[in-house]
Amino acid sequence: MLQLKNIYFSVKDDDNNTLNILTDISYDFADNQFVVITGPNGSGKSTLAKIIMGIEKPTSGQIILDGEDITDYSISDRAKLGIGYGFQHPPRFKGLTVRDLLSTAAGKTIGNDQCYRYLTEVGLCSKDYLDRDVDNSLSGGELKRIEIATILARSLKVSIYDEPEAGIDLWSFTKLTESFKRMHKTQPGLVVIISHQERILDISDQIILLSNGAIKTSGPKAELLPQIIHETKTHCELQKIELEEDVKQNDFCR
Amino acid sequence: MTFVDKELLRQIADLHQTPKGAYNIRKNGEGIEKQSTANIEIITKTDKPGINIIVKPGTKNESVHIPVIVTESGINDLVYNTFEIGADADVLIVAGCGIHNDGSKKSQHDGIHHFIVGPRARVRYVEKHYGEGEGTGERVLNPQTIIDMAENSWAEMDLIQLRGVDSTKRNTKATLANGAHLVLLEKMLTHDKQVAESSMEINLNGEDAKVQVISRSVAQDDSKQIFYPQVMGNSKCWGHVQCDAIIMGQASVKAIPGITANNADAQLIHEAAIGRIAGDQIIKMMTLGLNETEAEERILQGFLK
Ligand SMILES: Nc1ncnc2c1ncn2[C@@H]1O[C@H](COP(=O)(O)OP(=O)(O)O)[C@@H](O)[C@H]1O
Ligand SMILES: [Mg+2]
Repeated sequence: MLQLKNIYFSVKDDDNNTLNILTDISYDFADNQFVVITGPNGSGKSTLAKIIMGIEKPTSGQIILDGEDITDYSISDRAKLGIGYGFQHPPRFKGLTVRDLLSTAAGKTIGNDQCYRYLTEVGLCSKDYLDRDVDNSLSGGELKRIEIATILARSLKVSIYDEPEAGIDLWSFTKLTESFKRMHKTQPGLVVIISHQERILDISDQIILLSNGAIKTSGPKAELLPQIIHETKTHCELQKIELEEDVKQNDFCR
Repeated sequence: MTFVDKELLRQIADLHQTPKGAYNIRKNGEGIEKQSTANIEIITKTDKPGINIIVKPGTKNESVHIPVIVTESGINDLVYNTFEIGADADVLIVAGCGIHNDGSKKSQHDGIHHFIVGPRARVRYVEKHYGEGEGTGERVLNPQTIIDMAENSWAEMDLIQLRGVDSTKRNTKATLANGAHLVLLEKMLTHDKQVAESSMEINLNGEDAKVQVISRSVAQDDSKQIFYPQVMGNSKCWGHVQCDAIIMGQASVKAIPGITANNADAQLIHEAAIGRIAGDQIIKMMTLGLNETEAEERILQGFLK
């Protein structure tokens, strides 16, 4: 349904050296699937999402949606085709209320009941939120959840969520995972979630593991999840040893 | 009334018909329609142009509309309006000035408004300024507002100028007695080569006097804006000044908030921020299906709401 064909993305740094951010990414997303993209910080997950949304243009490669080449389409055009992206770091808007933002997302003025429904899905259950401004008065976690609600308010073919768990307390996180699970069962469309959370990985159909801007491995959850858990554990243990050695060295220096 | 008159009245006072309650409509320097009510009297001044609006003590939930329209080119209208709000009254006052200038000469309206707000009275004042017309003649508005607030009175003043006014110099002065609470909300949008200047001087004289100054402005194209809000804390009081501006094109905005504490128990805060619309704000709106222009409009609309 959504195909990425040999996507490369590079930028020039201050000294005019080429930095390769994404290298030869090819992947076929099937319709109605729940795909999780995971991988270390800086591996290119957000960049890949931005490339699908049109926020960044690939240096080379193609993006195909339902057989249509959308590589040169603008962000707005892709939004109209049914692609949505929940930012990792959503912007704030002075003077725009949660209701305004949800209505903009829905493409029409939506009633209170409908707004509450979206907010409840993300664990913001108080009616007070509707008239709150989406500005500095919201905590990071609240902002993040409102961002997720703006994606829920749209009817999308492709919904991308960038680390939806960030800044969210455990209770809301459980609620959110349930919401994702239910959405996946009841609503058609492709859902792509960028996440580090084992519980989100666990509800996926497919997992893509990115590393250094390339797909290291991808496949069904049942195959990949145990492998990833094993690797991260070893990775953490290695880090722990390094850390302990650092501490020892520091002790030595003092 | 002509179509232009009606359109101006709709723009500045949301008036679609003759207002309910007391009103006075001024056109091209002359009062054309006036009505008092049992509790609100409107009297034409005899010593200078203008009216006295006298609200009886205890008047509740009534409104006064005093729109001004200028439709001829070359008018220079100066008017003095005095508002006496009796003790314990609770009223809404809708003022505003719309200029339609199709000619080549300057059209100007300078309203000098004096509010005397009685003890425990509550006033909400809305003033919208608006200009239109195809002519090359300038549209100029220089309002002066003086507010004297008695003890425990409350006033909210919404001063709004969105588009069409070439030059404005706004001057607002307020004096607050014990327990008085003033909210000054200023919203401004300038474009092309317009210039706007707003100074405010608020004297918190009484114990527990409280003021909030909230200024939101958008400067587009080559326009220029200057804000000079000043709050003087002369007692145990509370003051908060917040200036927020969005700057676009080649515009310039200067904000010089000033706070002066003449009493150790005065709590005064000012915040000022000027900046362009952030790139990620536009991008976020575009991911919701708006094009770039729509995204910008949506953001400005919220900001000035
Ligand atoms: N426009 C850019 N200019 C320079 N570096 C970039 C740009 N976009 C991304 N990067 C870099 O590419 C790497 C991947 O970033 P990102 O996609 O945000 O990673 P992730 O989301 O996996 O943490 C990071 O090292 C980041 O600093
Ligand atoms: Mg990221």
